[in-house]
Amino acid sequence: MSLPRRRLLAGSVLLLATPRLARAEESPGVTATELRIGTTYALSGPASAYSLIAKCLTAMVKQLNDQGGIGGRKITFLVYDDAYSPPKTLEQTRRLVEQDKVAFLFNNLGTPTNSAIHRYVNQRKVPHLFLATGADKWAEPKQYPWTIGWQPSYRIEAQIYAKHILEQKPEARIGLLHQNDDFGKDYVAGVRDVLGPRFDSMVKTASHEATDATIDSQIVSLQAAGCDALVCGIIPRFAAQAIRRVFDLNWKPMMFMSNVSVSGSVVIEPAGREKAVGLITSDYRKDQSDPSWADDPGMREWREFMQRYIPDGELGDNNYTYAYSVGLTLFQVLRQCGNDLSRANVMKQATSLAPMPLPTLLPGITVSTSAENYRPIRQMQLQRWDGKGWVRFGKVIEGAEV
Amino acid sequence: MSASKGLHPEAAIGPIAVPAATPAWRRGLYLLVGIAVALAPLVLLESFHLFQLTMAVIMALAVLGLNIVCGYNGQISLGHGAFFAVGAYATAILMSHFDWSFWATLPVSAVVCGVIGYGIGFPALRLAGHYLALTTFSLAVAVPQILKHKSIEDWTGGVQGLFLVKPDPPAGLPLSPDQWMYVVTLIVAGACFLLAWNLIRSRIGRALIATRDNPTAAEAMGMDIASLKTRAFAVSAMITGIAGSLSAVAIEFVAPDSFSIFVSITLFVGMVVGGVASILGSLFGGLFVLFVPNIAEAISKAAPGVIYGVILILFLFLLPDGFAGLLRRIGQRLRIRP
Repeated sequence: MSLPRRRLLAGSVLLLATPRLARAEESPGVTATELRIGTTYALSGPASAYSLIAKCLTAMVKQLNDQGGIGGRKITFLVYDDAYSPPKTLEQTRRLVEQDKVAFLFNNLGTPTNSAIHRYVNQRKVPHLFLATGADKWAEPKQYPWTIGWQPSYRIEAQIYAKHILEQKPEARIGLLHQNDDFGKDYVAGVRDVLGPRFDSMVKTASHEATDATIDSQIVSLQAAGCDALVCGIIPRFAAQAIRRVFDLNWKPMMFMSNVSVSGSVVIEPAGREKAVGLITSDYRKDQSDPSWADDPGMREWREFMQRYIPDGELGDNNYTYAYSVGLTLFQVLRQCGNDLSRANVMKQATSLAPMPLPTLLPGITVSTSAENYRPIRQMQLQRWDGKGWVRFGKVIEGAEV
Repeated sequence: MSASKGLHPEAAIGPIAVPAATPAWRRGLYLLVGIAVALAPLVLLESFHLFQLTMAVIMALAVLGLNIVCGYNGQISLGHGAFFAVGAYATAILMSHFDWSFWATLPVSAVVCGVIGYGIGFPALRLAGHYLALTTFSLAVAVPQILKHKSIEDWTGGVQGLFLVKPDPPAGLPLSPDQWMYVVTLIVAGACFLLAWNLIRSRIGRALIATRDNPTAAEAMGMDIASLKTRAFAVSAMITGIAGSLSAVAIEFVAPDSFSIFVSITLFVGMVVGGVASILGSLFGGLFVLFVPNIAEAISKAAPGVIYGVILILFLFLLPDGFAGLLRRIGQRLRIRP
């Protein structure tokens, strides 16, 4: 009697095991107990300050594994150093995909570095999720369906400024000062998205090189053109100059500054606190130095996580608030995947996120994606410098439909 | 052996002493074994490791270029990353804007780099030692920014860089693109190594070494030092530029960030570790700069730089004259014994 039963058992085990075997073949990086994912970061070299993001993500994965993982699987998160060098990024990415056989890539750092692997991952059909870069080029679902960004791009930021200008001063004459590179040109593209055919009549642009010594002449020319709004897509060194120059000229435009160039110590202090009064910028994250978030449940959750898993972390560094939300976005995708962690399903779930608030994002700002929408965060809130700190105002504004 | 009184005895003797007694059949055998060893990875390695090896051979070729001007001619260059970048961009621009085939871009890239190298050779005549190192270093610092400049942005693609595609394996050859890229790299690098080998063992090669070891004596013997030095720079830049061309197609992408000053430093490290003034040493140098950082990272994720530094110092301590020096010592010992 026991023999056929044993055989039956063995047979059923075999039956059960077969689909799993088949699945393991079509879903690299996935076993019954493990999900293997990877990323490339600058752990060394000039951009290594961002390695804090990778450190935070690693800690979040550890926390998740301590709580039992996802669907019974522990996550193995591999972080390789590319020193922010595109050839090295390709090498490390190929190591992750071909040798370590990761299920997918998550939050790789940098624009040139991700550019170097953009085609490779799409040829191989490896999900390339929620990249740590502000460029707008990752939202091309038709040509590159396996790559998706996360944070609002510079282009969306510019769209938001243009929308606000149209709302406040429909007849404004807009001066657009931008650095002559990808970063600066995203601002031109964003303003053009909103103004459409009116762009040429409403906007006067002035560009500068990253190597220029000053941008005085550009500012003077924009003032002379009669602009009463000024959008600046420039890096911190020039931002301080621009703020000071506009003040000294006694020009009082409605002035918008790229949110990469609004650091208190690097931009505002050198320009002069009082000279920056009225300057407008935008953000999508909660500023942890802002006392109004002291009792916020989301920020408390983040602080508790930091205390337990990164006790030596500098709480003032906003790379940690960034990492916390992008990490939670990934966990949501994994939860949605259920037991099917094939690359196709991971990508499908990553591009079908229902609007979701996150603990370290401003209230009203959500992450959402669809098969057509590869820009997970499309909203930001404006904030104004009042001489002491940044004060948020108005509603959350969404970028334009492009 | 009068040369053994010089500063770098092994370096000076090595290339000259070897050829004397090797019979033709044995040289042929060495060549066949060499080709077999070079081709073995095609069957032994899967595509990722083959890609790494391709990159290592490319770095080796770039180190070889540096070795000609630094090792054999004694002119220190910390700017060879610039030639590497120019070669890569020459190929990338021709391939992505004009749809040239990869092979056709090689001579152009070589000529462009050669001309620039020749040009750099002139100030190098007046600048010796540290000053030359700094001048070439400034070249390496400048090139990534020049590549971003507005006036040539339409060609270089600015910060975004340029995309290109690997050459397809010829129809009929059962090779994957990665395997074919390795073969292409082997062919190009093999030809360059062979030419460099012949150059160094020729009259000109001996003149280069003589100029390095004792310029006054060399000049007294009737050598035209100015022309030797500028031409050494040209050949060196040309070889490093060809390596750059190969790297552009192997990576299928060029951007200014790919050619930071670290490339120049890396090449210099490769040269010293592999063996200054050694053709074979360049090959080891290429392998070292590609694989050792990965080993360092495997040992410690937190501080790969520290581990890399320690490994580097250990190498210099244990093999002060590089891999090539080790091989030479082993070779000498084998020769003495029987």
